[in-house]
Amino acid sequence: MHKRTKFGIGIGIIVVSMGFLAWLGYGESKTYYHTIAELQTLHGTARAHRLRVGGTVEPGTIKRLSGRVDFVLAGEGKLLPVSYVGNEPLPDTFVDKSQALVEGSLANNGSFVAEHVQAKCASKYEAAPGGDAKPGSEKPSTM
Amino acid sequence: MDVFGSFALLLAFLCAGYAFVGGIFAIRTRHPLLVKSARQAGIATCGLIFLATASLVYLFFSDSYWVSYVVAHSNRDLATFYKIAALWSGQEGSLLFWSFLLAIYVFSVLLVYRNKNGELMPYVGVVLAGVQIFFLTLNNFVASPFKVLASTGANGTLEIFTRADGNGLTPLLQYPEMVIHPPNLYSGYTGFTIPFAFALGALLARYPGEKWIHLTRKWTMIAWCFQTMGILLGAHWAYAVLGWGGYWGWDPVENASLLPWLTGTAFLHSVMMQEKRGMMKVWNVWLVFTTFMLCILGTLLTRSGVVSSVHAFAQSSIGNYFVGFLLLIFAVCFVAYLKNRDYLKSENQLDSMVSRESSFLFNNLILLVSCIAVLSGTLFPVFSEWFSGSRISVGAPFFNKVNVPIGLLLLFLTGVGPLLAWRKTSTDSLKRNFGWPLVIGLLAGVVFFALGLREFFSLVCLILCVFVTSTIGMEFFRGARVIRSRSGASFLASAVDLTMRNTRRYGGYIVHMGMVLIFVGLAGAAFNRDAQKDMQPGSTLQIGGYKLLLQGFDSKVEKNYTSERMIVEVWRDNKPLMMLYPERRFFQTNEQSGTMVAIYSTLREDLYVVYAGQNPETQAPVVHAYLNPLVKWIWLGGLVVVLGTLVTLLPNRRAVLVLSGAPERAAQPASAQTLAPSVALREGHD
Repeated sequence: MHKRTKFGIGIGIIVVSMGFLAWLGYGESKTYYHTIAELQTLHGTARAHRLRVGGTVEPGTIKRLSGRVDFVLAGEGKLLPVSYVGNEPLPDTFVDKSQALVEGSLANNGSFVAEHVQAKCASKYEAAPGGDAKPGSEKPSTM
Repeated sequence: MDVFGSFALLLAFLCAGYAFVGGIFAIRTRHPLLVKSARQAGIATCGLIFLATASLVYLFFSDSYWVSYVVAHSNRDLATFYKIAALWSGQEGSLLFWSFLLAIYVFSVLLVYRNKNGELMPYVGVVLAGVQIFFLTLNNFVASPFKVLASTGANGTLEIFTRADGNGLTPLLQYPEMVIHPPNLYSGYTGFTIPFAFALGALLARYPGEKWIHLTRKWTMIAWCFQTMGILLGAHWAYAVLGWGGYWGWDPVENASLLPWLTGTAFLHSVMMQEKRGMMKVWNVWLVFTTFMLCILGTLLTRSGVVSSVHAFAQSSIGNYFVGFLLLIFAVCFVAYLKNRDYLKSENQLDSMVSRESSFLFNNLILLVSCIAVLSGTLFPVFSEWFSGSRISVGAPFFNKVNVPIGLLLLFLTGVGPLLAWRKTSTDSLKRNFGWPLVIGLLAGVVFFALGLREFFSLVCLILCVFVTSTIGMEFFRGARVIRSRSGASFLASAVDLTMRNTRRYGGYIVHMGMVLIFVGLAGAAFNRDAQKDMQPGSTLQIGGYKLLLQGFDSKVEKNYTSERMIVEVWRDNKPLMMLYPERRFFQTNEQSGTMVAIYSTLREDLYVVYAGQNPETQAPVVHAYLNPLVKWIWLGGLVVVLGTLVTLLPNRRAVLVLSGAPERAAQPASAQTLAPSVALREGHD
């Protein structure tokens, strides 16, 4: 076989198999980002997607119950009730008026069931340079 | 001091402008005085940036709460140590810090080569000045760190006012590593500017030969070493401070630091093909261009909030400048390449699949695939919004699926590549070099399996680690044996002697060994466990072989925060082992709390204990404990990588004579006198 063909095949195998793995990983972990207002316009399969929503924690709405934490996220004048059911403790930065990003899915009653919550204090935080701006972030997964 | 600082920055901008424009005229006219003046303007630029940085540091130390940057990132009670870190804890300061570190590199380069490489240096100076102009534009006109607080006074004039105290530094950054992690990472990012400038300069100048590669090798190694340390320190910081039990989460900013590391690593390897065989010239030039662009992209991702997660904090228009700069760099590189591409013609072709060249080729290919996967995953939300209108992000499973097999392939090549001969490797030498390591690796695999290790990727990873360690061990063993037979010194002394004779080759092996240790640590991640429990004084929590007994609490008022500690006694095998103190800190100035994780770290595993707050219903304090096997190996591996890199930077002790196991290698013109009939010597540095 011609040398170039051999190299071509070797390179092809690596690229194709990595592409396949990437496609698998994409299917497993893709998450749709929506604003709170957009959530209410979602229909059909779009409601079943894994979702990520950002907003501000309404002051006074954080209720710590056993097994879950309820709170209300506000954004663009709309409100979204959220139940956090994850195992990890909520980040230190998760307080009234903090900006939060929740990941999970929509329940039938229109509330949001979150498995992950990330939060930052409004206007208090500046990114660390270079690498690691992760204020109290809860990590979705390990390596 | 604030006025002094801003003037220094403004003057630096003007000097950089002169270094750039004057440099271009110098190249055109080749007038020696013009060349000299452009160089001196470059040096002056650096000096002025040093002064500006020093004055910002002074403003922090003198508690100058009329400068808005100081107000935002410091307070009177902040420990001295962290007042230095405050310098780069915000947008304006970190951009100045970029300029500062770049100035150190530029200053050294201009000084070291002031009387050398006369044809090339003016080009390099122009490229460096160009990069400096961009950052100085930001420092001066977009994000000046010297802005003062002012309000409109009674008669309509602006009046400067001073605040009594500052807002304080965010608690997450008040951790010792946060003082060394950003300078390391930034030194990595900025350091790649030097090989970039030399590559682009050499291309523009059509500078003959591979001289630019020889000139920049050490600079690239230094930048690479800083980048590696920066990434690992960042991982360690995340591990020790964020309290989620892990060290890497494929976060956009983490990915941003990994991207130039991947291409930079590829570059370090593929330049050897150019040095030895005159191949891959186009590829190398583009690799170093890409690495530099990824450094800029990394700064962009961190500073701009393009990939908006909660992590991209500094939301600002600064991103547009960076995007513009990236496009400009790409355009310049592309035009330079088009005009001079004939200069990059390859002198040789690939001969065989089983050769050093092909191992480098595959090393580069998979590093690049990994880079593309990480890059596309990181920017996926941006692109999906462009193309489909919905913002879709991908998470850890995506990154892990691609990068775990790639990591293992790389590990395999780490063992195999260095022992393959250039051009073509014979079956004989394959047997000689890999026979034993293969047997040892497989035996280790059987042992691991018998011990109950069933996780596929971890098992493969550990087998490869043993295999690679054996190949590296054999290289040292063979070389040291020859030296010992001649000098009669001890084996260890002979190995050191061997290393010092060819620092590049054996230093490289040490770096590889460090990577192996890191992989051992990564393999442990598959076996992480955790447990969480509400605890009262006297209650216990069992995790693995450890029993945690909560003895009680204490609290302390420190200067800048109050802390509440759990006093936890750790038992193993029914014997008390030690005390751990997981802690929560509350910072008064900015009303934030922080977690201090308590870690008992051994080579076998880390016991990682977090004080996770109170159970809201019972008010009982919650302990979250993790058992993370082998994590310590990652940090140890990092130290070995740094040590190896330092070795490669040392000059060779004597004329380089390296024994070669493979006869094919000796086929290269050997500057040989022969030591023993079976051992061929060759000149070399690989």
